[in-house]
Amino acid sequence: MAAGAGEAVVGCFRSMLAAVGLRGQPGAVEVQGSTGGMPGKVGDEGGPAVSHDLNIEGISKYFGPVQALAGVTFTVKAGEFVTLLGPSGCGKTTLLRIIAGFERSDEGHVRLGERLLDDLPANRRPVNTVFQSYALFPHLSVYANIAFGLRARHFAAAEVDKRVEFGLGMLQLDGLAERYPHQLSGGQKQRVALARALVNEPEVLLLDEPMSALDAKLRAEVQIEMRRLQRKLGKTFILVTHDQDEAMTVSDRILVMNQGRIEQIGTSSEVYEKPRNRFVAEFLGAANLIPAELVGPRTVQTALGMLELRADPRWERGTLAIHPERIEARRTPPKSNGVRVRVKDAVYRGDHVELLVEPGPLRVQAVPGINFEIGERLWLELPAERLEVLLD
Amino acid sequence: MWYGHWVSRRRLLGRATSLIASGILWLLLFLVLPGVVLVVVAFMSRDADGQIVWSATTENFRRLLGFGILGWSADNGWIFLRSLWVAGVTTLVAVGLAYPTAFFIAASSPRLRYVWLSLVVVPMCTNLVVRTYAWELLLSPQLPPSMFAAWLGLIEPGRALYPNPGAVYVGLASTALPFAVLPLYTNVERLDWAIVEAAEDLYASRTRVFFQAILPQTLPGLSVAVILTFVPACGMFVITDRLGGSNFWLVGNLIQQQFGPSRDIPYGSAVCIVLIVLTLLGLYLYRRRGKAIELV
Ligand SMILES: Nc1ncnc2c1ncn2[C@@H]1O[C@H](COP(=O)(O)OP(=O)(O)OP(=O)(O)O)[C@@H](O)[C@H]1O
Ligand SMILES: [Mg+2]
Repeated sequence: MAAGAGEAVVGCFRSMLAAVGLRGQPGAVEVQGSTGGMPGKVGDEGGPAVSHDLNIEGISKYFGPVQALAGVTFTVKAGEFVTLLGPSGCGKTTLLRIIAGFERSDEGHVRLGERLLDDLPANRRPVNTVFQSYALFPHLSVYANIAFGLRARHFAAAEVDKRVEFGLGMLQLDGLAERYPHQLSGGQKQRVALARALVNEPEVLLLDEPMSALDAKLRAEVQIEMRRLQRKLGKTFILVTHDQDEAMTVSDRILVMNQGRIEQIGTSSEVYEKPRNRFVAEFLGAANLIPAELVGPRTVQTALGMLELRADPRWERGTLAIHPERIEARRTPPKSNGVRVRVKDAVYRGDHVELLVEPGPLRVQAVPGINFEIGERLWLELPAERLEVLLD
Repeated sequence: MWYGHWVSRRRLLGRATSLIASGILWLLLFLVLPGVVLVVVAFMSRDADGQIVWSATTENFRRLLGFGILGWSADNGWIFLRSLWVAGVTTLVAVGLAYPTAFFIAASSPRLRYVWLSLVVVPMCTNLVVRTYAWELLLSPQLPPSMFAAWLGLIEPGRALYPNPGAVYVGLASTALPFAVLPLYTNVERLDWAIVEAAEDLYASRTRVFFQAILPQTLPGLSVAVILTFVPACGMFVITDRLGGSNFWLVGNLIQQQFGPSRDIPYGSAVCIVLIVLTLLGLYLYRRRGKAIELV
């Protein structure tokens, strides 16, 4: 009831403004192919009438002496779910803010289809953001929060109502319309933030670590829900995260970033199975890195012994990567690429046993059937088709 | 060892009482006592020399309501209305200037911030009368402001920019400005910019961003700023006297005249009481509306 009065005051200001004609220009937002009627559109699986690829062309950004982005280039296809994955401080948020229009790039362009977005202010871009802190308006009800973007564009009350109701239903917020943000749980806040962005039918939805405030179980549910929602709406989603599981769960493609650069772009399985370089291999799934030296055709010398490869590497000295679960631990010698090691540590993890072996040290995930003793000597098989040759 | 008895209810109460005792004494001595005296004196009258005559009467309040020897006059009503109007305009001007100032200060580097804040506060260190004379000097005929106004044809050449209502507003607003800037600045400094960006992201125009994202967040500071500028502006008399001329009368001038030239202390006390009661009433209504806003 207290909050209601607050809104009444603001509403009062709003009508005062309207009275003196101080409102923005109707239809100032340049949304292509958005002609209202979201519910109808979403219902028949077709997605929005027109959608465009998002082109990021050589974006660089400096904060004083710090280079936050160093010539980032990529394309997100219309309707694609892309994740920006990388360690803290690698420039993910900065890139998102440049796409949203909160920050200006020092070099490069952002294009939606053919249209240059660089000079469009945030409030005129057909792009919406779900903020990490959700940034819900504390003085507005859930309904008014979701209606914010529609009212700012002066949609008719009936259309606002239709879309907000649809948004509430889509994100299972029915019955919460009259609540205020401080009366919501973390998960509910997050869904309101999503609904608030989605009812505007943006061409691109940006999400900056939207799940970091949720507990692990809820996060897993929301990830799957988010994926389903994105498929259903057919919108372009760009999600920022530094959680590789999250990235793999939700995205069509993952963009691995490090120090303002893109290290690799690819589907979840591409970046996981075929990392291009040491950074990607270590960041995704914590692969074992093995320094190696080329000694013969498709044969390298390593600290573990001689190993065979699928193909000749492009270097004389370089690195191999193999995931712990791709190594087979056994008591009998394998046919090829067998390595004799000693168990240094063994940890039971339920669905697997994690072994730390020497030399290496290598991390191995073994099936829990066989009991390995610490100090025991055993054979490992590093299959040639699982040994990835890194570029550096 | 158990120390719980240190924080037992009785001990806490005792300690709290001893701590606030001096404060209570202070209030008694300098607020309650004079207040009581004021109320008592307001019901007295005076003799020809201005001495208080100790016989109870409601004459002062009748006179304040406009019933004089020459019949009823609306003069006092106009003075009160004008005071409210002038205080309102002063508040609007001061708050209107304070918003951009607060944002400017909050946006500058930490070291510069304190320079700006000091510059805002420094005028408060000088005496109000001195400051008013300074304005008189500044608005005098030979100086650029007056010459510029004359060139624009706003005043006759060779005249000063005072006395007139404009000069009063300039003087009052400049006095009120620090009291508007400081509370707003403390709010602006810890503004949640994500909410401002969210409004921009959701297609809000500049005015909508201000009224929906910035104003609600700065309401607590704004309400303090309004009180700190409006209430004192109601009782100002030096500025209106010097910069407004003899026919620009506010409640402050009315009171000052009773205690000064007219030496009618009982009547002055009555005016004071009415002003205080009206102010408290206004604050009460304001709080009742404001509480709702601050809760969210
Ligand atoms: N406003 C700013 N002023 C100065 N430096 C900044 C600013 N914003 C970001 N940076 C710097 O730019 C780099 C990239 O920051 P960014 O916020 O994009 O990282 P991030 O990938 O989002 O990290 P996180 O996962 O921790 O959110 C960092 O080195 C950061 O310190
Ligand atoms: Mg970030």
